[in-house]
Amino acid sequence: MGEILTALGEAGRLIVGAEAALVEIVLLSLRVSLTAVLIACVFGLPLGAAIAVGRFWGRRPLIVIVNALMGLPPVVVGLFVYLMLSRAGPLGQFGILFTPGAMVIAQTILILPIVAALSRQVIEDAWQEYREQLRSLGAGPMTSALTLLWDTRFSLVTIVLAGFGRAAAEVGAVIIVGGNIDGVTRVMTTAIALETSKGDLPLALGLGIVLITLILTLNAAAYWVKEEAQRRYG
Amino acid sequence: MLPLVLEEVSFAVNGRLIIDRVSMEIGAGPRTVILGPNGAGKSVLMRLCHGLLAPTSGSIVWRGAVNGRTRQAMVFQRPVMLRRSALANIAYGLKLAGISPRERALRARDVLEAVGLADIAGRPARVLSGGEQQRVALARAWALGPEVLFLDEPTANLDPGASRDIETLIGQIRAGGTKIVMTTHNLGQAKRLGDEILFLNQGRLVERTPVGQFFTKPASAEAEAFIRGELPWN
Repeated sequence: MGEILTALGEAGRLIVGAEAALVEIVLLSLRVSLTAVLIACVFGLPLGAAIAVGRFWGRRPLIVIVNALMGLPPVVVGLFVYLMLSRAGPLGQFGILFTPGAMVIAQTILILPIVAALSRQVIEDAWQEYREQLRSLGAGPMTSALTLLWDTRFSLVTIVLAGFGRAAAEVGAVIIVGGNIDGVTRVMTTAIALETSKGDLPLALGLGIVLITLILTLNAAAYWVKEEAQRRYG
Repeated sequence: MLPLVLEEVSFAVNGRLIIDRVSMEIGAGPRTVILGPNGAGKSVLMRLCHGLLAPTSGSIVWRGAVNGRTRQAMVFQRPVMLRRSALANIAYGLKLAGISPRERALRARDVLEAVGLADIAGRPARVLSGGEQQRVALARAWALGPEVLFLDEPTANLDPGASRDIETLIGQIRAGGTKIVMTTHNLGQAKRLGDEILFLNQGRLVERTPVGQFFTKPASAEAEAFIRGELPWN
């Protein structure tokens, strides 16, 4: 017990003192996961809106598939991206395995289905309410989708943050394609895994605290944005 | 674009006839009120006329000049407000109608003033009261300068005061030369706002009678039974 308390105290010192080793890892984590979220949103939100509004052949199977992909095991995604990017793989020529770029790709694949599936649900619910009115005003599918994306923006914030939470917290994919190389591809989760097995509890605990605080803060912010928006905009 | 001509129009869902071989002509001029018991097909008939639904068989043709989508508008029982200001809700409809930005702003302001909501132009539309929302919905339709305005139970969810406001507005819109076609549950409202009654029962157009005659000497036994059944509650 005493050992854990000492480690906790040490972890607190690392955080308060903004120790370089810790800060570097936190910043890389944020860079990788935020980039992945951004890319996932650029593709995932329009995809969600298109599936919600569109009426095309194969729509139902597509919904099932996208929903199922939300549960992709990170290690499997990591393995898949690893195979694609490895020297012998189809994208091996770019030489980006074991770089932050590879980690971004893996995390994007991981959270794109989350963004697409959850936004599809939110937008489809709104579509039920809006459909006749928008068609009456002469909106086509494209205009309707854009209108709905804008009108559900406060709910979509929550979805985007859910995606970010998933990206920032996963370890399986980034450890395979990133390799946990110190100063290059070491992020919070991979560092925690490594330091714990090495017995360096203070750094692991410090990073754990930062990670949990980050996720908590983001979710609190998302909740507040939604509540406040609901109150002000209905 | 008037007259609107329906020939042998039927509409079925899963083999069940909702509208049963309705033929009629709706011309400019008299205010048309569609009456009938619940499930008679009033709302469906109106949606067919407006173009939100396509008939299963028969034809619906605007016999007048070009078939313009924007020259007709519809207001629904429950106003659908977009998550933006009252003014922006009206501008949205104008934008879809292809009106230039400057013209949109002017027209939206004018029409909001005409419905007595100039002071809440900037307020988020979804937090307005039910009556105010319905006035915004009417303003949104009115701003399009429609030749025909379809109203589906426009006051069904409103209290008497708000209903009166809406009735007054419908009068103003009519005074501007717009043809009014509406459904209502309220026989008093049908008397006040209608010039002719289309009586619908079980998807069939049973009779079409001037309003005065309809309530004193309806042509059909079904209409007579309907009026007798309804009156005690109105």
